[in-house]
Amino acid sequence: MKEEPLAGMSRRRFLKIGALAGAGLTVGIYLGTGGERRKPPTEVWPDRKGYLKPNAWVCVGPDESVTVRVNHTEMGQGITTALAMIVAEELDADWANVRVDIAPAEALYKNPAFNCQMTAASTSVQTSWDPLRRAGAAARQMLMAAAARTWDVPIGECRTERGVVLHEESDRRLRYGELVEAAAKLAEPEQVILKKRGSFRIIGHPIPRLDTLEKINGSAVFGIDVRVPGMRNATVVHAPVFGARVVAFDATAVGQMPGVHKVFEISSGIAVVADTFWQAKTAAENIRIQWAAEEREGLSSEALRTRWTGLCGTKGKSMFRQGDVEQAFEGAARTIQAIYELPYQAHAAAEPMNCTAHVEKDRCEIWAPTQNQDGAQEAAARITGLGYDRIVVHTPFVGGGFGRRVTVDYVAEAVEISKAVRAPVKVTWTREEDMRNDFYRPAVLGMLEAALDADGRPIAWKHRIIGPDHMAHQLPRLIPTSLPYGIPRALRNTAGALASMILPRIVPGKKAIEGAAPLSYALANVAVEYVHDDPGIPLGFWRSVAFSQNVFFVESFMDEIAAAAGRDPLELRLSLLNPALRLTDVLKLAAEKANWGQPPPANWYRGLAAYDFHGTHLAAVADISVGKNDRIRVHRVVCAVNCGVVVNPKLVAAQITGGIAFGLTAALKSRITVTKGRVDQGNFDDFPLLRMDEMPDVEVHIVPSAKPPTGIGESAVPIIAPAVANAFFTATGRRIRKLPLCP
Amino acid sequence: MPSIKVNGKRYEIEIDLQTPLLWYLRDHLGLMGAKYSCGIAECGACTVHVDGEAVLACVTPLEDVVGTSVTTIEGLAGNMADALFDAWTAEDVPQCGYCQPGQIMTASAFLSRNPKPTDAQIDEAMSGVLCRCGTYSAVRNAIHRAARRLQP
Repeated sequence: MKEEPLAGMSRRRFLKIGALAGAGLTVGIYLGTGGERRKPPTEVWPDRKGYLKPNAWVCVGPDESVTVRVNHTEMGQGITTALAMIVAEELDADWANVRVDIAPAEALYKNPAFNCQMTAASTSVQTSWDPLRRAGAAARQMLMAAAARTWDVPIGECRTERGVVLHEESDRRLRYGELVEAAAKLAEPEQVILKKRGSFRIIGHPIPRLDTLEKINGSAVFGIDVRVPGMRNATVVHAPVFGARVVAFDATAVGQMPGVHKVFEISSGIAVVADTFWQAKTAAENIRIQWAAEEREGLSSEALRTRWTGLCGTKGKSMFRQGDVEQAFEGAARTIQAIYELPYQAHAAAEPMNCTAHVEKDRCEIWAPTQNQDGAQEAAARITGLGYDRIVVHTPFVGGGFGRRVTVDYVAEAVEISKAVRAPVKVTWTREEDMRNDFYRPAVLGMLEAALDADGRPIAWKHRIIGPDHMAHQLPRLIPTSLPYGIPRALRNTAGALASMILPRIVPGKKAIEGAAPLSYALANVAVEYVHDDPGIPLGFWRSVAFSQNVFFVESFMDEIAAAAGRDPLELRLSLLNPALRLTDVLKLAAEKANWGQPPPANWYRGLAAYDFHGTHLAAVADISVGKNDRIRVHRVVCAVNCGVVVNPKLVAAQITGGIAFGLTAALKSRITVTKGRVDQGNFDDFPLLRMDEMPDVEVHIVPSAKPPTGIGESAVPIIAPAVANAFFTATGRRIRKLPLCP
Repeated sequence: MPSIKVNGKRYEIEIDLQTPLLWYLRDHLGLMGAKYSCGIAECGACTVHVDGEAVLACVTPLEDVVGTSVTTIEGLAGNMADALFDAWTAEDVPQCGYCQPGQIMTASAFLSRNPKPTDAQIDEAMSGVLCRCGTYSAVRNAIHRAARRLQP
């Protein structure tokens, strides 16, 4: 069996000492301790005896079943269906026989984008496209070779069709299931032959999702639904004020409550373990806890706003610069300036944070609704002292991730609690704990300035971003996970602690300006600056991250320039875009499909926005009406997208539509504010989500492309806020520079 | 001993009657289809039927439903259920899927009262069931599809 090459992976985690092993060894040897190592692909299918297991991604059974291993978390995006389609296409499988199986935490299943098993940054399809096509094609070639050998005919005379190998000259056919035994004896092909794009019969087709039935009949097991024999239910009370520690607690009132087993302090607060969740929650409400701080004077949204507004005049760190901005401003016919502001945002996934763990003496099993299997494994290794190979991570269905579940704080809690009570434990947070202990999308201020020439052409652009950077919070957390296996525990912990001290000073800036630079628009003179100011509110990855902020600034301000110059917003944008860009195409397509330039229906007003999200190009036109008290109703959104090859247009349309809903909640309704160190919101009554009667009709138009696929899951979130704000300006002549629009 | 019928089966309730129906279903009966998301009647993920009416199980103490007949997504059956499940499948409604049992239980009770709803009536009836993934248009289409099939 040939070892799969670590194509495209960075070598951070694996210390490759192939040179020491001597020439002639094709298999790399990876240094490991505690039994951790990279398994050969065959070992990850322990229960598939008599199957064809050519690699870690697919196995074919004598019963005709095709099982595709999915190394990504299914959290709504339909990734199990999309990845299975890629394999099934190249395998030429009968789609009716295709099943999926979520991969365990295992070195083979790392996401090459991060060298870590993680579902994040819209990378699943783009990083899987090539390896999964090859995996499917290799299996198909082995099945064909087995048939050719059985019939004693040249392989070139054989072909496949929907799970069958055919030899037309002799009118013979064998089903894949009949060939697996013979195929399993063959070596994996040296070279795989991929299908021609024109012959795809699965990829590019609107195939129904594989997981619909179980998700509608109640049988799908989400993290919160996991049940393990002997399991207890726990909940955790966290500090009401950011950073406060427990000083003392009094649990005498809950001692006699039925079902309550234990109340004790853990690293992150007070854990309550009971038979059922309701018992744990009721007990938690009756514990008196004294925290080191009950409030933090000065840590308030209003104070931050004042401070950041004051920082607008401070020169920031230069993040992007071209041309001579100062000279262009001096020679300008006119200049305009605007300050925009955005609040903190919670993820508010439908399924609250939860995790089930069972820590035993020599092993630990975790059922974690996580986007970060390696992070979950590392957290468990740190707490239990066990090697990675002793920690089994199962990923159930996930009721919404949106980036929240990259952070594995809640997994660590389950492990810590299970270890203390020596029983399997499911930790479930209340909605209030979930909302107040999030890793938030940062609040931010953006100051933009433009210089226009006498003909109303923008000749220079300045953008200053003021606020914290989520990466300063998240990168230190990811460091212990990304170290080579060989690094011993103590050193790993030290590295993590050092990273927490050093990295927050180094990393801020690069990620906070995503979406602000470089601009797609051809402007000769551009300066983008960043003023780092972090009050310490925990930050994380929020679907589309800084694009959700900077696209609002850039696309709103582009409209301000158009208004100042008396130009049509579409015409201005097109005049600044290279006609050969994908962005030009999507902008034209969205405008055409939305009848831009034609009058909209009575009392409807139009706005547009466009941008490049890591190679996925989008443009949208929103039609809105404005009622009493500036109540905004978004009626229709026409969105055009180019994301390279489309694996499943249904899934793309669903992600665009869902992204717009997610973005619209933040644009119109939700926000997180802080008063004296406490989060003001706690549930959906004060953090309202978009409802059905507020959902616009979304039309998705996909630009056909033969280029490799780019990400889609996050891409549409940023588009709706500027499109709606620009439409509001058309309707009222007033500019909205602060979101949410109608809190 | 107070009792309750769940999905056609009778149970004697041996726990505190202040316990919400949701947690009785989930932690005592192991019926995990009704979901916890808000706990304060704001999101609809926990919707079940009590004597045929849609009820938010997260804020319904057991004492209010003693002697009633409760149906959860696991027990939803009949023409209406078939039409809804088929429509949800045909429209490929779910994304993460967490809210969908609540969507279907709400839609089922609604369609029994209003077999031929307009868009506006659907929006009104369903606006209490939140979907963070934004599947609303698909849910609405699926309700129309199910309603068409159920027409005599």
